[in-house]
Amino acid sequence: MDFVNMTVERSNIQLTKADFESDQMVKWCPGCGAHAILAAVERVFPKIGYRKENFCMVSGIGCSSRFPYYVNTYGIHGIHGRAAAISTGVKIANPRLSVWMATGDGDSLAIGGNHFIHVIRRNVDINILLFNNQIYGLTKGQYSPTTPMGKITKTSPQGTIEHPFTVGELVMGAQGTFFARVPDNNINLMTEAMFEAARHDGTSVIEIMQNCIIFADKAHGDVIGKENKEETMLVVKNGEPMVFGKNHEKGIMLRDTRLEVVEIGKKGITIDDILIHDQFNQDPGIHLMLAKLAPPQFPMVFGVIRSAMFPTYDDLVEGQIKYAKETSKIRNMDDLLNSGDTWEI
Amino acid sequence: MAKKKRPVVELNDAVIKFVGDSGDGMQLSGNMFSDVAALVGNDLATFPDFPAEIRAPQNTIEGVSGFQVHMGNSKIFTTGDLVDVLVAMNPASLRANLKWAKKGATIVTDTDAYDEKTIEKAGYKNNPLTDDSLADYNVIKAPMTALTKESLKGTGIDNKTAERSKNMFALGILYYIFNRDLSTSFHYFEEKFKKKPELIKINKIVLQAGYNFADTIETIESVIQVAPAVMEKGRYRNITGNTATAWGLMAASEKSGRPLFLGSYPITPATEILMELAKHKSLGTKVFQAEDEIAGICSAIGASYTGSLACTTTSGPGLSLKSEAIGLAVMTELPLVIVDVQRGGPSTGLPTKSEQSDLYQALFGRNGECPVIVLAASTAENCFYYAYEAAKLALEHMTPVILLTDGYLGFGSTLFKIPKMADMPSINPPIAKPNDPDYRPYKRNPETLVRQWALPGTEGLRHRLGGLEKADITGSVSTDPLNHQKMVNFRAGKVEKVADFIPEQPIDGHPQGELLVVSWGGTYGAVHSAVNQLQNEGKPISHAHFHHIMPLPKNTEKVLKGFKKIVVCELNSGQFVNFLRMKFPMPNFCQFNKVQGLPFMISELIEKFNQLLEEK
Repeated sequence: MDFVNMTVERSNIQLTKADFESDQMVKWCPGCGAHAILAAVERVFPKIGYRKENFCMVSGIGCSSRFPYYVNTYGIHGIHGRAAAISTGVKIANPRLSVWMATGDGDSLAIGGNHFIHVIRRNVDINILLFNNQIYGLTKGQYSPTTPMGKITKTSPQGTIEHPFTVGELVMGAQGTFFARVPDNNINLMTEAMFEAARHDGTSVIEIMQNCIIFADKAHGDVIGKENKEETMLVVKNGEPMVFGKNHEKGIMLRDTRLEVVEIGKKGITIDDILIHDQFNQDPGIHLMLAKLAPPQFPMVFGVIRSAMFPTYDDLVEGQIKYAKETSKIRNMDDLLNSGDTWEI
Repeated sequence: MAKKKRPVVELNDAVIKFVGDSGDGMQLSGNMFSDVAALVGNDLATFPDFPAEIRAPQNTIEGVSGFQVHMGNSKIFTTGDLVDVLVAMNPASLRANLKWAKKGATIVTDTDAYDEKTIEKAGYKNNPLTDDSLADYNVIKAPMTALTKESLKGTGIDNKTAERSKNMFALGILYYIFNRDLSTSFHYFEEKFKKKPELIKINKIVLQAGYNFADTIETIESVIQVAPAVMEKGRYRNITGNTATAWGLMAASEKSGRPLFLGSYPITPATEILMELAKHKSLGTKVFQAEDEIAGICSAIGASYTGSLACTTTSGPGLSLKSEAIGLAVMTELPLVIVDVQRGGPSTGLPTKSEQSDLYQALFGRNGECPVIVLAASTAENCFYYAYEAAKLALEHMTPVILLTDGYLGFGSTLFKIPKMADMPSINPPIAKPNDPDYRPYKRNPETLVRQWALPGTEGLRHRLGGLEKADITGSVSTDPLNHQKMVNFRAGKVEKVADFIPEQPIDGHPQGELLVVSWGGTYGAVHSAVNQLQNEGKPISHAHFHHIMPLPKNTEKVLKGFKKIVVCELNSGQFVNFLRMKFPMPNFCQFNKVQGLPFMISELIEKFNQLLEEK
C-alpha cells in the first residue's frame, strides 16, 4: 500500500519561545517539576520548526493536564484518563497536526490505562509527555499506579500494598515504538527527548520523572538528585557505549541473557565489552531490559531508550482511503444512494 | 413448468414470517422474498427477530431466529401484528411463533425436522403435526430435508451442503404461494456466487424444486396475489434503519464539506452503522473502532475539535459510558452526533429487543446542567433524514445531538425513495475565518447563541478548550459565580433556540377533538395505523408523532391543548409523558406503556384508544 505524505507543514519563519507563551497565569505550585517541563516544551517547539498553528496540545485531568492552558497552541483539556482517545481522534481527523499529550501517572496508567495501551498498540503518531510524580497531586496526595510499594500516602496510611507499574515496561508490553525517560531537573535532556519524539513517526512516550514538591517531594531524589546521580543515572545515546559513574568507569554489559554492571578496566573488561545503545532496533528485547533497570543494583536508564520504525495508524488510515478512492466506483453520495438493487416506480 | 390452474386470491396486504434455527438461513430467505416483493412494486416493511446468541442450542425455543415481512398494495407502516403465512423449519420455531399466526393462516413446515427428540426439545408433548392442535390452520407439510437432498442427487454435492440449502426449498414454496417469478432470485444467485458456480447451480435447483413441490400438492387451494402499491414516482431501494442512519451521516458530511469521523465500539443493535460506514472509505469516511465506548466518543470529540463531522454510535449501555464525555462536548460546545439505537434495559437487558427506555438518559443522564438536542427517527427510511438533521443541527448550532432510534428501526427495513443530494438542505457550520481579529472562542452569535468553530491549523485563531468552566467570550478558565450562571444559561438557551429552526409539530387529523394520541420514535407505524383505522370509523381522534424532543416544537403546547384527553404511547414506563407533564402541567395526560421488548400491536392500541374514547 502506498503511504500518503501527511507531514506537518513547517513554519517559514524562525519561531521563538515567545510564540508559544500563553497569557494565562501558570498555577502550578512553586517548585513543581511541571514548570521545567513547560520551559522545555516552549524551547523545543520553535526548534521543531512546524507552523505554530499546527501544534495541538491535548490533556486529561490532573496537575499535568493543565498544560494546554499554558502553551499558546491549539489545545483541548479533556476529561480524566481520556487524553489518549481524544488525541487519537485529533490525529486521525487531521494528520497534518503535531499532537502532544500531557498526562500523568494517574491519568494515563489508572483511569486511562486502557486508552494508553491501545494508542501505543496502534502506533498513532502522537507525542505523550507522561509526568510521573508517583502521586495524585490535584486530589491532594493519594497513591497512584507508580507509587512504590509500601509508600505511605493519604490512602495508604500503613503503606501501599500494590505493585507499581514501570512505565517503560508497560509501553513495550503494548508494542510501543518510542520510549524515553528524562528527569525534570535536566532541561537539555528533556528538550532532546522531545525533539526526538517529534521526529519519530508513531506514538512517542516520554516518561518525565517529575517532582511533586507538596505530596511526594523527592520521590525520584534517590535517582535523579544531584548528590549521587552519576551513580544512579545512565543516560543512553544511540551508537554510544552505556557508561556511567563519576569517571565514566562503569558500564552495562550483556552477559548470557542478562544485563550486568561492570567496571571498565577491572577483571579484563574494556570499553569494547560495553553494550552499545541501538535505539532503532526493532526488537524490543534489550530496550525492555534497559527500561526495567533500577537502583540499587543498577542505574536507572535515561534518554531515548527505544525509537523503532513501524507504520503508523494514521498513515495506514490515509493509505486505505487513498486506495479506496482510486479503486471504488462510488465517488459521491448520489453514486452510493443509487448503487446496488434499485428500481424505478 | 406445468402449473396447475389455481384460483388467485387478491389480498391488500400479507404478513409472512420465516422462522427456524439460528443456522437455518431464515434471514436470507426472508430478505430474498422481500426483494422480490419490492421489485414487483409492493410497499413493504421487514424485521428480523433473532436471539442474542449466535448459535443457541439447535432445535430449542431459545435458538429460534426469524424474519418477518409485511407487504401490501398501499403504504405499509408496520411489520404487521399477526402473520398470514408462517414458514417454520422445525418444531421449536413453530411452537415459538404459532401465537403470532392468524386463525386460518398457512403454515409451511419441514416434516423431516419432527422426530421424538426435536418435538420434546421444543416442549411439545405430542407431535403437533399429527395431533389436532393445528386444525385451525392450513398446514403445508413438506419433507423439505429429504426433497432438497433428492433434488441434488447426481450433482455430487455432499449431504451437509445439500441440507443447508433447504431454506431455498422453503422459499420456492413461498414463491409459488405468492405467485412470484423465480428469475429475480436466479439473478441474485448469479451475482452473489459469481466465484462459486456450483452454488449458483445448487440454489437454483433447490429453489425450483420447492416451487415445483408446491405446484403438485393438493393442500394449496389457491395462490395469493398482492398487487403493486401506488407509490410516489421515483427511484427506490430497500434500506434498514441502521444503514439509513449511516448514509444520512455521510450525506450530511458531503453536503457540509466537513469530513466524516466515526469513533465507535461494537454494540448490539447499533454495530451495523459502524460496519456500514467502515465500507465507505472511498467517500473519505474515517472510521475508528475504539477500545471502548468512552474512547469512541472521546476520539469523536478530538475529531470534532479539528473540524470533522464527528459521530459516535451506540446503544443504551454504551450511552451510559459516554455520559461524562457528552458533558465535555457540551462544555466545549463542539458539534457531535451521538446515535443511540435503543434496546431493552437496564444493564445488558434485552440486547436484540427493542425499547424506548433511554429517553430519560438522553435528556438528563449527565452531571451538571447539561442540555443537548434530542431527536428521534420513526421509520427505517427516515433514519436517513433524521441522521442528516442531527448532523445539520450539531454543525450549525455547535452542540452534541443525540439521535434516538431503536433495534426495531435499526434492523427493520422499509422501501426508501432515493433522494438527490442536490435537494438536501444546505448545512453551514459557523467556521471562523483565518486571522479574524474579532474571533474569541466563546463569543456568540446573539440570535442563536452559537459560538464559532476555529479549526486547528488556521492562522491567527489558536485557542484552548476544555471541560473546566470557561469565561464568557474569552474562554479562559473561570470559577466566577456569575459567569458560571451566565454560561449555564447560554448553553441551555442555545439548545432552546433550536426550536426556531425545526418544523412545527404536525397533527394527523383534526387539531381539536376528544383524544390526541401522542407517540415518538419507532412506534410511529403501529400508532399511525391504529389511529387511522379509528379515524376511518369517524371517531374524534388525532395523532401527533414527535421527532423533535429537545427542544420540542414551538407549537407543542398549542397542539396538546386542543384535546380533552391526551394519551402518550411509549415502549417504556412513561418517560415522554413525564417530560411533557413537566413542560406543560396539564391534568389530562394518560399513558399507554409496554415494556416487553416487543413493538406495539395495532390491535392493542385500538382497544386502548376505544376505551379512552368511551370513558367519560
